Amino acid sequence: MTQIELRGVQKWFGSVQVIKDLNLVIEDNEFIVLLGQSGCGKTTTLRAVAGLETIDEGDILIDGQTVQHLKAAARDIAMVFQSFSLYPHMSVYENIAFPLRATRMNRAELDSQVREIANVLRIGDLLDRKPSALSGGDMQRVAIGRALVRQPKAMLMDEPIGALDAKLREEMRAEIKRLHLKQGSTTIYVTHDQIEAMSLADRIVIMHEGVLQQVGTPNEVYSRPQNLFVAQFVGSPVMNIAAAKVAQDKDAATVTVEGAPQGFPFPAELLGKLNGSAGKALSLGIRPEGVLVEHEAGDGFVPAEAHIIEPLGSYDIVDLQFGDQMLRARTRSGFVEKAGSRVYARIDPAQAHFFDTASGQSLGVRL
Amino acid sequence: MATAAVMTTLDPKSRAASRGMSDLAIRNLFIIPTIVFLIVFNIFPLMYSLGYSFTDFRASSPAPANFVGLQNYRELLNDPFIWTNFAITAKYVIVSVIGQVIVGFGVALLLNRDIPFKGLITTLLLLPMMLSMAVVGLFWKLLYDPSFGIINYALGLGTFEWLSNPDMALYAVALTDIWMWSPFVMLLSLAGLSAVPKHLYEAAAIDRAGSLYTFFRITLPLVAPILMIAIIFRTMEAFKTFDLAYILTSQPTTEVISIRLYKMAFQEWQTGRSCALAYIVLIMVLAITNIYVKYLNKVKER
Repeated sequence: MTQIELRGVQKWFGSVQVIKDLNLVIEDNEFIVLLGQSGCGKTTTLRAVAGLETIDEGDILIDGQTVQHLKAAARDIAMVFQSFSLYPHMSVYENIAFPLRATRMNRAELDSQVREIANVLRIGDLLDRKPSALSGGDMQRVAIGRALVRQPKAMLMDEPIGALDAKLREEMRAEIKRLHLKQGSTTIYVTHDQIEAMSLADRIVIMHEGVLQQVGTPNEVYSRPQNLFVAQFVGSPVMNIAAAKVAQDKDAATVTVEGAPQGFPFPAELLGKLNGSAGKALSLGIRPEGVLVEHEAGDGFVPAEAHIIEPLGSYDIVDLQFGDQMLRARTRSGFVEKAGSRVYARIDPAQAHFFDTASGQSLGVRL
Repeated sequence: MATAAVMTTLDPKSRAASRGMSDLAIRNLFIIPTIVFLIVFNIFPLMYSLGYSFTDFRASSPAPANFVGLQNYRELLNDPFIWTNFAITAKYVIVSVIGQVIVGFGVALLLNRDIPFKGLITTLLLLPMMLSMAVVGLFWKLLYDPSFGIINYALGLGTFEWLSNPDMALYAVALTDIWMWSPFVMLLSLAGLSAVPKHLYEAAAIDRAGSLYTFFRITLPLVAPILMIAIIFRTMEAFKTFDLAYILTSQPTTEVISIRLYKMAFQEWQTGRSCALAYIVLIMVLAITNIYVKYLNKVKER
């Protein structure tokens, strides 16, 4: 039962502020992913919780106790490092046993716990090996085993699978999820990979330049990004963002993206919902799957030229040229056969996002 | 086209350059002088003295050398005085090497953190090692002086005798050696310590290991191989020690094996016999080194 809370945490490296007024509550058993580009302060935040880094202001609470003045050892938190940090001169068994030996557990109990965790992680047959004789995935399993073996209050993971190759990453991702469901401990996981974040997290915390951008379930941050940064950071391929103008056209609305010769039709209610932001420069955000493409002209469809086609197997990403504006659309694979074809596209209003261009904040318009 | 033209003009030139001296010629130029030097000054005397060690040759007498077989070796190994010299040497080696490891490794631990003027301090600490043995011997003789030496003055020992005291003299020599060579152990230890990745200490902190536990389970095992190398070097040197002991004192209790050897060869002129003794010392040093190297390999494997 562990709850972790960050209250107004600030951290400077010299004159650079790496964490700016961070407030966050992590509930018991929750799997939180800190997501952001490198240098956004996510690893520093994690290390501050672990006790490897001091903070300049604010409080870190574990189960209601402030811990920012405690050493790492006193916080009873386990951590898995990106570099694995296995002890090179010790066998796998000794590596996993290390935290137990450090606290002088009796030998029989230690042995049974080490073997149990090794079996859970499927490394029971590697116990006599040295870390240097292990594959990347097994090293990671040992590192996780070392963290789990003493049943810590919370698990911190700093890009734990970032150093593995793509296929192994996918495998380990599933395994970490399985372990979390089985062992169920409060976990903070740091990554720059949004697919990892989406697939693992109960809630995702998106950080940018030391500032928390949005906290929410994977679905929330994907379908309701609070600002342009989150909109473009989460989701692959990236959301289309274009400066846009909204106009009234009889009993409907038209959204014209800058550079395009013709506007996209939207329901009239958009006008009412945008009333509050009249006069502000707007940006339209639309994910590639929200750009619907047809071969034939139809009601509300705007002609476009297919520019570049990226076949990705299960679907294609097609760059569509509307005048001077380019929007990326997701189509069935092979739908647009060759570059230069004329196609017709419209925007699904239900998937459109509107942002205040100046502040980057979402206007919260949902259709 | 332009590239091709350049290539064709350059090519013969570069070939001409390499024609000047082939790889083989360069190799010989570098290696042959070294080999000649080694043969003339090391291998030849080594072999020649091996020959002498089986004779009763005396360099001071015109009498020709007579082959005496293993007699020199037999007599030396049965000579209780020689064994006393070896015992003194062993005591000296143990005291001096252990002292250097404790002081050198200790100072390295202190230096292995962020402290101001770390580079300057390290350099200054290395100074003793750079001095000549003879200089060190002479000024430590003054430092140890019972009536005006600064050591007695600083420690308030009155007229305590260091070098002329038969029970103390060997330790005094060892202390000087520790002062002079601890920096060497420190330097190697420092290299070993800074090679221990910082994230291992972080992992140990997270794993709730105390500082002593971290030291014995992480630091020491990872520094052990390079520390072993320092110990091998220092043991070999201490075993052969001559100058310091010779300059500082002339006590029978400080007569380490090299001094005995020197006296046998150049004061008693028992050239053949001293050659045999030199060979006995050589074999002993090789044996000790081998034991260490075996142990080093074991440490490395761990």
